[in-house]
Amino acid sequence: MDLSKKTLIDLYTTMLAIRRFEERVAQEVYAGNVPGFVHSYIGEEAIAAGVCLNLDRQDRIVSHHRGHGHCIAKGADMKKMMAEIYGKKTGYCKGKGGSMHIADFSIGMLGADGIVGAGLPIATGAALAAKLEGKGKIAAVFFGDGACQEGEFHETLNLASIWKLPLLFVCENNHYGVNTSAKYSLGAGEITRMPEAYHIATRSIDGNDVETVYQAAAEAVAQLRKGDGPYFLECKTYRWHKHFLSEGLEDLRPKEELEAWKRKCPISVFESRLIREKILTEGKAKRINARIMEMVEDAHDFALSSPYPLPEDALQDVYSA
Amino acid sequence: MREITYEQAATEAIQEEFRRNPRTVHMSTDLAADLQQEFGPDRIRVTPIAENSFVGASIGLAGAGFRTVSNLRMATFGFVAMDQMMNHAAKITYMFGGQAKFPVLYRMTVGAGFSGAAEHSISPYSMFMNVPGLKIILPTTPYDVKGLLKTALRDNNPVISFEHFLLGGMKGEVPEQEYLIPFGKACIRRKGSDVTIVALAKMVYSALDAAEELAARGISAEVIDPRTLVPFDREAVIKSVKKTGRLVVVDEACQTCGAAAEIIAMVTSDKGAFRKLKAAPARVCGLDIPIPFSPPLEKFAIPDAEKIVKATRGVMR
Repeated sequence: MDLSKKTLIDLYTTMLAIRRFEERVAQEVYAGNVPGFVHSYIGEEAIAAGVCLNLDRQDRIVSHHRGHGHCIAKGADMKKMMAEIYGKKTGYCKGKGGSMHIADFSIGMLGADGIVGAGLPIATGAALAAKLEGKGKIAAVFFGDGACQEGEFHETLNLASIWKLPLLFVCENNHYGVNTSAKYSLGAGEITRMPEAYHIATRSIDGNDVETVYQAAAEAVAQLRKGDGPYFLECKTYRWHKHFLSEGLEDLRPKEELEAWKRKCPISVFESRLIREKILTEGKAKRINARIMEMVEDAHDFALSSPYPLPEDALQDVYSA
Repeated sequence: MREITYEQAATEAIQEEFRRNPRTVHMSTDLAADLQQEFGPDRIRVTPIAENSFVGASIGLAGAGFRTVSNLRMATFGFVAMDQMMNHAAKITYMFGGQAKFPVLYRMTVGAGFSGAAEHSISPYSMFMNVPGLKIILPTTPYDVKGLLKTALRDNNPVISFEHFLLGGMKGEVPEQEYLIPFGKACIRRKGSDVTIVALAKMVYSALDAAEELAARGISAEVIDPRTLVPFDREAVIKSVKKTGRLVVVDEACQTCGAAAEIIAMVTSDKGAFRKLKAAPARVCGLDIPIPFSPPLEKFAIPDAEKIVKATRGVMR
């Protein structure tokens, strides 16, 4: 199918919003202004954008440690995200979670889990809830090639398969777990062989081509809404930064590999195409970029001007009333 | 009053609460036939033998507004789902800043005394007490298991119900009319004035047997069943110790870093109770060994009435 101009511009805008947000966060991390660990989504933006733009607000997603992109694409508030990343009281989790644990239950973003693979079982629950509610809602879970090495991955494939859950598996295969190549870690070779073994509809796509991701996700989501059981989408991509942003962490991946993937930048390649096909003008691209830069700066100002939680706020929220 | 078994009482609690609230799901590796007959296979689900998957699913269901019961059968099988219980169920209410509630109930049997050997016998509740965010209940009678599970199914937090394996078939009085038992309210199973015996899980019965024998020797023991470990009824224990001046804590779990140590620390760090102590408190716990298989070995490893009597006479000297 041909995508509408609006959809194409939305995809472009969402990817750019993620990119600019992540660039700003990285700048502050390397300036030493952000506590803790931050895992950058730069390079993988097409996946969050292409998948989430197919979801309704009532559809639920589960994310992972590299989760900022999923939040933005699902419609989270950049201000509350940035404030959380800074550990401020006004953040999504009142400063109790940080970069790795942003959640917004009001938009169906059931949170980012920092334990590799652990979001998968949780997502089966969200998908079962959708199935029991019977309103055609679905759940989507994002995870990487690293999670495919965990036992929970196989348990989840099995459970989703036998219960025919409306669960979209979105594997962001960026080919490395920190510095360990998936070529070494995955005995199955191709990731798709594993969901196929559980009789799950499976496709492997170029995760850097946002239009491909959007179209594949649209097809998957349509099947899921019909109740045909789970769907597995492997999206091949690459992260531009180290595992997490840190001067001290080594990046042992081949430099030429990173350079080759950078040439496949999901945003600049798509932008050139949209301009070439006259869907976007350079002027409009600049205006979109300026608007996003302003949003990111507003979010950053909000975070900086927000108060830290009081030390004794640490005692709140251990239990729900 | 009618008498039913512990397990029947537990099933009744789930039935009553599932009738009240249709947004409830039960998961277990075994078919819960009575429940499935009434509520159907959508809500009463048989799971694959993959504990992390359905314990995790319960969290996702809760995040989407459902209440769940996951019956893990034995605490040792629960260990397979430690990632989901410890890293997620316990923490996400807090980690996400209280945005959402996670009402999940995990049921597991604990204890020894049935030659199950080490991989089927353990009482690991203190490990879970060390991870904030979980509530922990230890129902010891058919009456209690019904009332506490009903409360658990209305609580908005993860609750773990540790139920002694040998209590399942035990019969006791359970009224027909509805009742709930609040968390954090201990039950004094026997009144006494010379020594306070706090007993956990099935040890309540051994402590009651011991109290009977102690009475014959002229020692009046008060037996307290805390019923829930998190929250813990500190006041009830301290009040009793202030009266008796002596404390013995009995637990089938291994002694090291166990609940008994925590209960004693709770009492001795209370200045009022400490001043009233006439003797150093004593622990009667399981030995720090894996539970052995052979009956004489197993009997040696866990407390019984005789060991409780001996320790209590020790604090009376």
